Amino acid sequence: MYVVIVGGGKVGYHLAKALLEDGHEVLLIERDRARCERLEAELGDIVLRGDGCEVGVMERAGFNRADMVVAVTGDDEDNLVVCQVAKARFQVPRTVARINNPKNAEVFRRLGIDHTVNATDAILAHIEQEVPVHALIHLLSMRGGGLEMVEVRIPHHAAVVGKRLREVLLPQQSIIALIIEEDGTPKPPDPDTVLRADDRVVVVTRRENEEALREILTSPARYGPYGPLVAPR
Amino acid sequence: MKVVIMGCGRVGSELAVRLEAEGHQVAVLDINPDAFRRLPPDFKGRRVVGNGIDQDVLRRIGLAEADVFIAVTQGDNRNVMAAQIAKHIFHVPKVICRIYDPIREEIYRELGLETYSPTRTTVQRLREMALQEASPRRE
Repeated sequence: MYVVIVGGGKVGYHLAKALLEDGHEVLLIERDRARCERLEAELGDIVLRGDGCEVGVMERAGFNRADMVVAVTGDDEDNLVVCQVAKARFQVPRTVARINNPKNAEVFRRLGIDHTVNATDAILAHIEQEVPVHALIHLLSMRGGGLEMVEVRIPHHAAVVGKRLREVLLPQQSIIALIIEEDGTPKPPDPDTVLRADDRVVVVTRRENEEALREILTSPARYGPYGPLVAPR
Repeated sequence: MKVVIMGCGRVGSELAVRLEAEGHQVAVLDINPDAFRRLPPDFKGRRVVGNGIDQDVLRRIGLAEADVFIAVTQGDNRNVMAAQIAKHIFHVPKVICRIYDPIREEIYRELGLETYSPTRTTVQRLREMALQEASPRRE
């Protein structure tokens, strides 16, 4: 793949390095001259000095043949413009933007950016993994339709422990995509799969059904505020 | 009408004063509190310090009720992002966005923003002035 990265800070540098190691063709655009020289010394002749928001620089960088453009500068407005212009002017198939202010995730989604990555949310997810009260972890927001991919760890006391998936009444438009066993083994869900304590269940669900989903998969009660948690036999 | 102006530079402050004098309710937003020195002391409109690409700041300045939003900071990309938030998230009926770079201006005009490029306009005007009634020297 040909990947163009805009922004030669720490994120841009490590991303470029990893993609090069994976055998991809990479171009890194950076505005600052001194930083460009350092990047070139480290990574070789894959650095273009210039403002990645300028159409002229995008042309020289070969945006028209890029499979993916990744904007990882420290300014959300610059990352937005890079991705929007890449799509509108150069028909780049996939654009990824780094978001510095987590509140901008929704804005970027509405403005047509394919994927966003934000460090604050990633770190929060790790914190949530450590804190048992947050049994539900956000893995991914899918563009369009308000779908989310979340992970729920099944607590020991949960009513669903020992139940087959066919017996578990999930909220509407919720699909179990994967079950990860306690030792880390992934297994595809099957109607006869039995849920065990400490299983991590990866579910695609609607944002508004998250709370109901968490309740069903973690609550000890057979009946919750959303109705029966487990179907009667 | 309720008008929100983002960027209290020469253009933003002048525009704010003029619109207020014409009877409109004007609020001005700038990231730098010193910028409000450009407004005269008798300017009655609200002055809000904050970043215009932050939805909470835009809500605080009353974008949800605004009739017009004008983005005139020095940063093209900042104007572009704030204008799109105003248009697509707050549904402000009239959104105007200044973009110095004529190429970016053209792209965002095609994407549906109402844009204004001082570079393009100035070049056109200077060209007209230069050629108007000008005649080559006679040797």
